[in-house]
Amino acid sequence: MNITTILFILLSAMAAGSAIMMLLNKNPVKSILWLIVVFFAISGHYVLLNAQFLAVVNIIVYAGAIMVLFLFVVMLMNLNADSEPAKNYRLHLIGVISGGSLLLVLVSALMKMEMQQPVQMKIGDAGLIANLGRTLFTDYVVPFEISSVLFLSAMVGAVVIGKKD
Amino acid sequence: MDIKAYIILSLTLFTIGIIGVLVRRNAIIIFMCIELMLNAVNLLLVAFSKMHAASEAAKASPSFASDAQIFVFFIMVVAAAEVSVGLAIIVMLYRNTHSVDVNFLNRLKN
Repeated sequence: MNITTILFILLSAMAAGSAIMMLLNKNPVKSILWLIVVFFAISGHYVLLNAQFLAVVNIIVYAGAIMVLFLFVVMLMNLNADSEPAKNYRLHLIGVISGGSLLLVLVSALMKMEMQQPVQMKIGDAGLIANLGRTLFTDYVVPFEISSVLFLSAMVGAVVIGKKD
Repeated sequence: MDIKAYIILSLTLFTIGIIGVLVRRNAIIIFMCIELMLNAVNLLLVAFSKMHAASEAAKASPSFASDAQIFVFFIMVVAAAEVSVGLAIIVMLYRNTHSVDVNFLNRLKN
């Protein structure tokens, strides 16, 4: 068992465990903090796959911007643990059973498959900033510009929706 | 690592997101679970791109692995725009009903 496998198992356990903790926590602020831990674990996976650009962007955009936005909204609303109404255990059970059976079916179908494809770890230059930047600004420059229009419309939409009328 | 390990990890995260959407009733938690599902898909896309880079087909088309990661980048862009609009909707919902419980949103039911 080499160091890559150990790191993979550690990061996977961290991601799955934190995601479960996010669901179990009653306090929304703690849920958000657990979700940030999940995003850091996923960034660790990106580093392990040598996708350095995506690892940094994942931390900046998700853990840095989106989650701070969530934290701001939750703290502005002053939600606390008892804001969640009385729960219905039967519905919880149905949700967990249906989700678990989905996972069971997908994993068992995957295990039937006799495919042995290795993933390139720690090496490879596909995820470096130089290559991604060249690809982004030559082949994908039109979608890049369109995404700026998308951001502008999202900004206008957020202001219009959030405006007091 | 084998690609199967990554597929199982992504499936686990995605299923946790689905269970969260089904079980929780706080609109903000549901929104966070959707973010978790998006991230699971992103992780799987990156793993598949590195699988392509390790295979024989990468010699004929070396730029495909970069293309997949650009795709992940655009998913993040769309997710960021989606979060800003979605949180504005949740704030408006809270201002009108003084709650973020999604069970209050049944006016279209009847």
